[in-house]
Amino acid sequence: MMRGPGGGPRGGGPRGMMMPGPPQSARDLRATLRQLMARLRPEALAIVLATVLTSAGVALVVIAPRVIGGATNVIFDGVLGKRLPKGMTLRQAEVYLRTHGHAQLAQLLQGTSAVPGRGIDFNRLGMLLGLTALLYLAGAAFSWGQGYIMAGVAQRTIFGMRRDVEAKLTRLPLRYFDSHPHGDVLSRVTNDIDNLTTTIQQGLGQLLTSILTILGVLAMMLLLSPLLAAVSLITVPLSLGATLLIARRSQVQFGHQWERTGTVNSLVEQTHTGHALVQVFGRSRSTLEEFSRQNQALYEPSFRAQFLSGIIQPTMFFLANLNYVAIAAVGGYRVVTGSMSLGDIQAFIQYSRQFTNPISQIASQMNMLQSGLASAERVFEFLAAEEETAASDSVAVPEALGHVFLDRVGFRYQPDRPLIEDFTLEVQPGETVAIVGPTGAGKTTVVNLLMRFYDIDSGHIYLDGVDSAQLSRDSVRRRFGMVLQDTWLFAGTILENIAYGREGASREEVIEAARAAFVEQFVRTLPGGYDTLLDADATNISAGQRQLLTIARAFLADPPILILDEATSSVDTRTEVLIQEAMARLRHGRTSFVIAHRLSTIRNADTIVVMAEGRIVEQGSHQELMARPGVYRDLYESQFGGALELAG
Amino acid sequence: MNLVRLMRDALAPYRRQVAVVVLLTALQTAVGLYLPNLTANIINNGIAKGDVGYIWDTGAVMLALTLAQGTVAVIAVYFASQVSMGVGRDLRGAIFTRVMAFSAREMNHFGTPSLITRNTNDVQQIQIFLQMALTLMVGAPIMMVGGIFMALSEDVRLSLVLVVAVPLMAVVISLMLSRAVPLFQAMQVKIDRINQVLREQITGVRVIRAFVRNDFESQRFSAANSDLTSTGLRVNRLFVLALPALMGIMNLTSVAVLWFGGALIGSGQMPIGNLTAFLAYILQILMSVLMAVMMVILVPRAQASADRVREVVSTEPALASPESPTSPSARRGEVALRHLSFAYPGGEAPVLSELNLELLPGQTTAIVGGTGSGKSTLLELIARFYDPTSGQVLVDGVDARQQPLEEFWQGIGFVPQRAYLFSGTVGENLRFARETATEAELWRALEIAQARDFVAAMPGQLDYPIDQGGTNVSGGQRQRLSIARALVRRPRIYLFDDCFSALDAATDARLRAALREETRESTVVIVAQRVSTILDADQIVVLDAGKVVGVGRHRELLGTCPAYREIVTSQLGEEAAA
Repeated sequence: MMRGPGGGPRGGGPRGMMMPGPPQSARDLRATLRQLMARLRPEALAIVLATVLTSAGVALVVIAPRVIGGATNVIFDGVLGKRLPKGMTLRQAEVYLRTHGHAQLAQLLQGTSAVPGRGIDFNRLGMLLGLTALLYLAGAAFSWGQGYIMAGVAQRTIFGMRRDVEAKLTRLPLRYFDSHPHGDVLSRVTNDIDNLTTTIQQGLGQLLTSILTILGVLAMMLLLSPLLAAVSLITVPLSLGATLLIARRSQVQFGHQWERTGTVNSLVEQTHTGHALVQVFGRSRSTLEEFSRQNQALYEPSFRAQFLSGIIQPTMFFLANLNYVAIAAVGGYRVVTGSMSLGDIQAFIQYSRQFTNPISQIASQMNMLQSGLASAERVFEFLAAEEETAASDSVAVPEALGHVFLDRVGFRYQPDRPLIEDFTLEVQPGETVAIVGPTGAGKTTVVNLLMRFYDIDSGHIYLDGVDSAQLSRDSVRRRFGMVLQDTWLFAGTILENIAYGREGASREEVIEAARAAFVEQFVRTLPGGYDTLLDADATNISAGQRQLLTIARAFLADPPILILDEATSSVDTRTEVLIQEAMARLRHGRTSFVIAHRLSTIRNADTIVVMAEGRIVEQGSHQELMARPGVYRDLYESQFGGALELAG
Repeated sequence: MNLVRLMRDALAPYRRQVAVVVLLTALQTAVGLYLPNLTANIINNGIAKGDVGYIWDTGAVMLALTLAQGTVAVIAVYFASQVSMGVGRDLRGAIFTRVMAFSAREMNHFGTPSLITRNTNDVQQIQIFLQMALTLMVGAPIMMVGGIFMALSEDVRLSLVLVVAVPLMAVVISLMLSRAVPLFQAMQVKIDRINQVLREQITGVRVIRAFVRNDFESQRFSAANSDLTSTGLRVNRLFVLALPALMGIMNLTSVAVLWFGGALIGSGQMPIGNLTAFLAYILQILMSVLMAVMMVILVPRAQASADRVREVVSTEPALASPESPTSPSARRGEVALRHLSFAYPGGEAPVLSELNLELLPGQTTAIVGGTGSGKSTLLELIARFYDPTSGQVLVDGVDARQQPLEEFWQGIGFVPQRAYLFSGTVGENLRFARETATEAELWRALEIAQARDFVAAMPGQLDYPIDQGGTNVSGGQRQRLSIARALVRRPRIYLFDDCFSALDAATDARLRAALREETRESTVVIVAQRVSTILDADQIVVLDAGKVVGVGRHRELLGTCPAYREIVTSQLGEEAAA
């Protein structure tokens, strides 16, 4: 991993545990929304269709209780009618009841269409109920249709975003990856995209349904009885207020809970990871005490958050019942006075139930929407990062011989910190350049420049006589083979991992490369041979074997120029011998830049480039450099002098 | 059923609270079931008879009951939250305490990442499950039984509607689940896959670009992306069917109730108000069916977590202080290995066999050998992270197993292969080894570990904050701080497990020179890969496949031990070994 000089190392890889934090909100809401809208534009037709279906579905579901109310009226009329003497008109029946001391009952008749003497009109009832059933079925079908369409919208939109994010990864300069923690980049392209998917998938359709339902229901309630509508609207601000009041408090507690969960998790992670240290340094008891303190500190907000958020439902339930009683009482009075029918009351009660549900739903959808927008913003930020300029070859690509000429090259990671100035070096085909220096001296900088991972600020790098700036990055990189200490393998078979070195290589060619790099021996001991699947982190083969695989990859690529890192940490000595041998074979007949650690490599190199603190401090052959005091001579003596003396 | 067993044990201290929750939920449900009765009365006796006074009176009763019900519900939630969060806390504590007592054997068996997830995610899953169970699941069966009872008492014939509706709903739900669950699992696998491809692209960006394989990567990604999208579509299109289908069944059920109820009312067999009450019962029953099914979905997940938690809590640690410990008369730091053999449980070949060695105070012993030759294991046996399969580790003449653990570890300064630092300041990390160390002692340790300069250059110096694991300092700095930490301990036995690998040769040399001074009276054991690190050791032990194949000084071994010669040749070239 390259590190910016002097900038200190940066944490690579995702942090241990990914804990979803409390819902955050986007910083620039409007810009994020605009970008999201732009992404949804190709789906405009589908979204319009879904909206139409939603409206139709909501309309049907909103009308249905009204029709049911009509059915209830038919039953009620039948019950009333049966009690009245046959043959009378309704007017006569009313007078009859009044004279017989049933004044209230008489009044009740005013609001009905009962026919004295006749029972329930089953034809009419059947027709109304049949209609209701149809309404409900059609409503369900519409709502399903809407969901079906929106699922497509969501999946296609996210498919496109994922595609763009991946394409972006290939266009970002190396500088981006070196200056942003891998964990953060990874989290943007995975976690944030997943979160956004959920929001688009569930949020949009539901939000639309909720809003339309509220509007439709409100309209019906006003239509049925403005008075009752007013009565039930009284509880709306009440329930909204109560929800907000409780939710705000519980959010605070949830925030504490997340925070302390983080603390406890990190303590668990550290203690388990450093288990041996905790034991051997006698810290078990104090760690346990610390844990139990943190654990209790986590319990308190967790309990409060659960309790507070648990109160919301009973509260809403109480308010809904309050509403219900008020409607029943006021409505009952209205029926008795004949200004409303029983069926209308029942319809109204159903509406008022439908009214409170979507309100609390919107509240929870808002949370989801907020965190979805925050994720969208992070993804858009990533998509807006500055890209590498794409250039194609502007001259004919020269024949690959391996001649490299660095002409007064200048480079800085940060504009105000000079690093490499006026560096000139000519390498003939087949020659070896050893790059030496202590850990952290910036040896990878040279790799970065040769491979054009970073562009030089001044001077030229000529490859076989052509300025590499006039070649496309891909053409430059095709001339190089690279074997680094950081052995990158992907989850796939051993064969696929070697074949990665050259597109379209046949199985025979791959196996030939594997033989040359001593991969064959250990592959034979694996149950699946070349088709053995390497797991995600390739932990099923040893570090040394991984290194051999990357050498085989370079063999297959067969480049004229090599970049090798000789460092082999945590490799057993037998494999190390193989690695050295394979590298020597690979270097045969090729121009090589070696980050050298072996004495023989360094001494036999045509040129030695000595680096310290990010800069090139000396350059020359072994004899030249040993002839004068300097960094190289010190380094050589401290590292190998003792060994030679003792061995000598 | 580990879930049941775990719950039984974990809920034992909360027996009283759980009983209260059940009781209150039953009460709450009973009130809920009685309310439709009152509605029926309002219609039958109030509205149908035109009695406004009755409506108001009954309304007041309803309101009072609702208030009581709400209060009961709030109290129930209070205790339910106390229980579920309390159980979560207790389980975390139990796992943590148990893991603290584990030896390296159990740590290897479970694996650190797995133990971390068990103590965090799995406990959280159980906690969520318990909260849901205590607030929703307890109520569902009560509501279902009560609802059915009330519906039957209202009208037996009309209740027959349930015979159709409930199985229909159950069939629809289980059909959907049986199709959705495998799809959902498949989708998770595909999400993991796509994230893996992206992770590889980020970590391997240099290699991908070096081999000009962006197109290959894009194809790989594109395939994974399409695959995920098509599964995602199928899952979601199935899911969006669920809600309309269930709502449809509920709505059609109420239509049926109105039709058949109408007939009963028409023939005078049922008062009209009962219809409303009946509808309310039907809805409650169907809702409880829905809730019960939701809980069924949660059970397998909680079950899996419970299995994993119980596995940890029921594992007995292999290491423990002996019941009647023997302390050595004097602690000098002499280590003697007698016929020491070790095999990992389930491992075929022993990692170490028949080792006999003397490690003395004032002596530096270097251990070399290939990967898998047992170097680190040997160190871990001396540190007593494991106990030997046979043979003995004698420390100051007493078998390590006989010695009290804490006191034994007091004498050990251990530097692991992977330098690990804890989050906290540099000073706190150093004092991890000895809390009472003075600032001057810390600086001295840093000086010896060649860490003084970079710590002095850090903002805040000893107060410089270190990230978890030590990720904000370089590998070489981490190793040096980890060495300094062991020095702060001032132990009699130093164990260095290949902890010089990230240092350049010059720093390595300076560090070892300073270390020699400091450890003049201590027993020092160094595992190393680099030959230059061990050239001047008093005793070099060459391990090969768990056996000692050579003991001696550098010069002697070059002549007598082919395995050693091979190692030297590979690193220093032929001329060094010549």
